Amino acid sequence: MADEAHGGGIQIHPMDQFKVEPLFGGDHIGMLTPTNVTLWLALAVGAVVLLLVVGTRGRAIIPSRAQSVAELAYGFVYKMVEDVAGKDAVRFFPYIMTLFMFIVTANFLGLLPMSFATTSHIAVTAILALAVFLTVTVLGFVLNGTKFLGLFWVSSAPMALRPILAVIEIISYFVRPVSHSIRLAGNIMAGHAVIKVFAGFAAVATIAPFSILAITAVYGLEVLVAFIQAYVFTILTCVYLKDALHPSH
Amino acid sequence: MAGDSHATTATEHATDAAHGAADAAHAAEGAGMPQLDFATFPNQIFWLIIAILAIYFILTRIALPRIAGVLAERKGTITNDIAAAEELKLKAVEAEKAYEKALAEARAEAQKIAAETRAVIKDELDKATAKADAEISAKAAESAAHIAEIRDSALEAVDTVAKEAAAEIVSSLGRPVDAGAVAAAVEAQIKGDA
Repeated sequence: MADEAHGGGIQIHPMDQFKVEPLFGGDHIGMLTPTNVTLWLALAVGAVVLLLVVGTRGRAIIPSRAQSVAELAYGFVYKMVEDVAGKDAVRFFPYIMTLFMFIVTANFLGLLPMSFATTSHIAVTAILALAVFLTVTVLGFVLNGTKFLGLFWVSSAPMALRPILAVIEIISYFVRPVSHSIRLAGNIMAGHAVIKVFAGFAAVATIAPFSILAITAVYGLEVLVAFIQAYVFTILTCVYLKDALHPSH
Repeated sequence: MAGDSHATTATEHATDAAHGAADAAHAAEGAGMPQLDFATFPNQIFWLIIAILAIYFILTRIALPRIAGVLAERKGTITNDIAAAEELKLKAVEAEKAYEKALAEARAEAQKIAAETRAVIKDELDKATAKADAEISAKAAESAAHIAEIRDSALEAVDTVAKEAAAEIVSSLGRPVDAGAVAAAVEAQIKGDA
């Protein structure tokens, strides 16, 4: 390109890493085309299998390291469901465990150099968030009938305020899947893009040391974010689930 | 979408520019985000659903029951072990009591035996002492008799020697010796001394 002539060696394409590309050539991406998304989703499934199935194959009373981590993950999510959504929400534990394990492994796999972060895509997180939203809404009506609408009718507020609050509550209810999905995708995408921007600057010798330091720092932060965002997504799912099970304020 | 591909090309131009991160960030804000390329959505969603279902079935069929089983088993083992430890502790306390009782009994027994032995020894000792005393007094009496005998004979000898010596002294003075008178005088002298 013509612009490259006075480019000074800096090539910054922070968004290229998020491109969806067919694995085996061609440019058409149909629904069933195996793409890099397919590959990294498969690797996420593989990582979950490695940790939770292969890691626990010993079924040992005194666990191996891998089994220990698997049990830790199990206990972490189980306790979260129990504490946040209540004891009767434990029957949804496999569903929430699936979400957590998928997001946490996808986030960490996305941190590998040259990898593809599936959770940085709004299409992925939106489906996850919508699945939670629809499940919670349907479950709320099935379990509580019209009483589920009590979620929007703040009975502790003065009568005059209740319709206004109801409108606010309904809006916030429908914004949930949006914030739920964009929070995850946005965090992952932003972190990865920032790393790429700093990596672009590393091409200039004078700022390369600073750039590499910055990449290291941001990477450390991203490791934290990868776990925290999985945790946040899961705990919000639990909170929404609690609304479905116990809609009263 | 036609508009999308247009935007993508434009972004690539902008991103390639030499203005660095600011421009790159601006470009990212634009429509060039691969995240907003709706053409890839069916593909991503399809594979995501496959992946999620795969994880879900692996978890519910294999992983979660297995981990739950292991955790339950461990909990059971720990509970059992604690109960067993409690039982063993009780047994240990009982054993200690039995031991202490046995120890006290043994001590009492030992004291009894010691007392008995002491009594027996004392008895024997008393007997032996009495016997020895009797022997000693017998010997002493015998010795006393002997001593008296020796003394008597010694006294007698002194008498004889004194009388002879007196008679000798008188005769050497040139006087006639009256044996009877000398003897009487010596005897009187010895008696007076006694």
